[in-house]
Amino acid sequence: MRLNESIEIAAPRQLVWDYVTDPSNCLHFMAGVTRWEVVGEQRTGRGARYRMLIRVGSAEVGGLIEVVEWQPPEDMAWSSVLGVDQRGRWRLRELDDGRTRAELRYAYGVAGAGISGWLAELVSAPQLGDHLRRSLRQLKRQVEHERLRSDAARRRRERSSLAA
Amino acid sequence: MGGQATVSEQARRNGAARNGVRDGGLGSRLPSLRGMARLGGGLAGLGRRAGSGLGGQVARRVQRGLAADLDDRDPDYVREHLPLLWLVASLWFRGEVRGLGNIPEQGPVLLVGNHSGGNVPADTFLFTLAFSTYFGVERRFHQLAHNLVLAFPVGRMLRPYGAVAASREHARRALDEGAAVLVYPGGDWEVHRPSWDRNKIDFAGRKGFIQLALERGVPIVPVVAIGGQETALFLARGDRLASALGIDRLLRLKVMPISIALPWVVNVGDFLGHIPLPSKLTIEVLPAIDLEAEFGDDPDVDEVYDHLVARMQEELDTLVAERRLPVLG
Repeated sequence: MRLNESIEIAAPRQLVWDYVTDPSNCLHFMAGVTRWEVVGEQRTGRGARYRMLIRVGSAEVGGLIEVVEWQPPEDMAWSSVLGVDQRGRWRLRELDDGRTRAELRYAYGVAGAGISGWLAELVSAPQLGDHLRRSLRQLKRQVEHERLRSDAARRRRERSSLAA
Repeated sequence: MGGQATVSEQARRNGAARNGVRDGGLGSRLPSLRGMARLGGGLAGLGRRAGSGLGGQVARRVQRGLAADLDDRDPDYVREHLPLLWLVASLWFRGEVRGLGNIPEQGPVLLVGNHSGGNVPADTFLFTLAFSTYFGVERRFHQLAHNLVLAFPVGRMLRPYGAVAASREHARRALDEGAAVLVYPGGDWEVHRPSWDRNKIDFAGRKGFIQLALERGVPIVPVVAIGGQETALFLARGDRLASALGIDRLLRLKVMPISIALPWVVNVGDFLGHIPLPSKLTIEVLPAIDLEAEFGDDPDVDEVYDHLVARMQEELDTLVAERRLPVLG
């Protein structure tokens, strides 16, 4: 099953990139995710590994994933190493007015599970799709809030330097 | 895998149990497991006496069931069947499992649960699903099962999930290999309790699992489930009926449960299982108990038992308070 959701964020792409690729932020904006832990020494970049779980129906599913593509500040993709078969991708594209279009793709399944696997993918798709949409809305809210805070802080610094 | 529990070893242990020989191990300390071992011995003996007739065939099937080994667990099989378990758990039972983070991330652990649902213990399947998705199918996980369950054809389907005949050897070896082991001390006594006792932890005073945890130095993690005993209307354990029919002597089976269940309506024995009602299942995993840290170097087994049962009953009462209606949840 492949899911695809996107949203426009009123913030520069670099800010969005920094936010989505910081593993410590994942639990704050990704809906349904109950665990996102760095496994090993590498926190970000290609080869970084995370143990992630997302609540779907009666279970928390997921497993060990690895970042397999890392092109700052545009694309980041991960693939499963252990657990449910999954591939995910962040695609960040700059819009003309300094805004960013964030797209989250997520494909998942259980190889060899047959018809029950197909049914489970079908049944879980609405819930996972809802998780993705809520994640993007929370990302937008938090990044835009972050941008407002950083802009305000910059203005305060400018005012205080002028006064000095 | 070395040291498989062969049929002859099992029969020897069962014979020893029948003859009242104390081996000083789990078989003598854990009444539920000892009872199961006796059951196996009884069936094996029955098969030997029956020869090549129908009884012999049944007994050979039973013996194959008893020969279930730790190595029968198949992570690939579990992984491929997780979607089916997930569908049933999510759509039929609306299952919810909380507190899995209380289980130590690695190493051996003894998971102690209350047992519900007759011969179709839906909460066991829900917990197996939740454990396997949370920790991954790569983590060894075994469930100690009644010999009779493993002897039935359905037992063949359970073995790849890690179900093994409840025996001292299996439990000890599984823990020594670093596995998480799920045990239901209440066993057949608790799983067939009447519906009006559904919200009661009833281990029938069986404390062998505590000895096992102390012997192997592993923590105990209580697992409290609600809803399983609402999948049918359980009327009676039928222990007197089992005694009157001689089943307790022939098969070493102390219960002959009577329930109202689909599709049989009146279901005596529950040998063929039943279609469980879509009761909402909730499982709460409690923090691990390190016996030596909490009860000293030489813990009193009775004190540990009382503490554990009280703690689990307290949690079950909390889950009862959350529940508005039977079955619906």
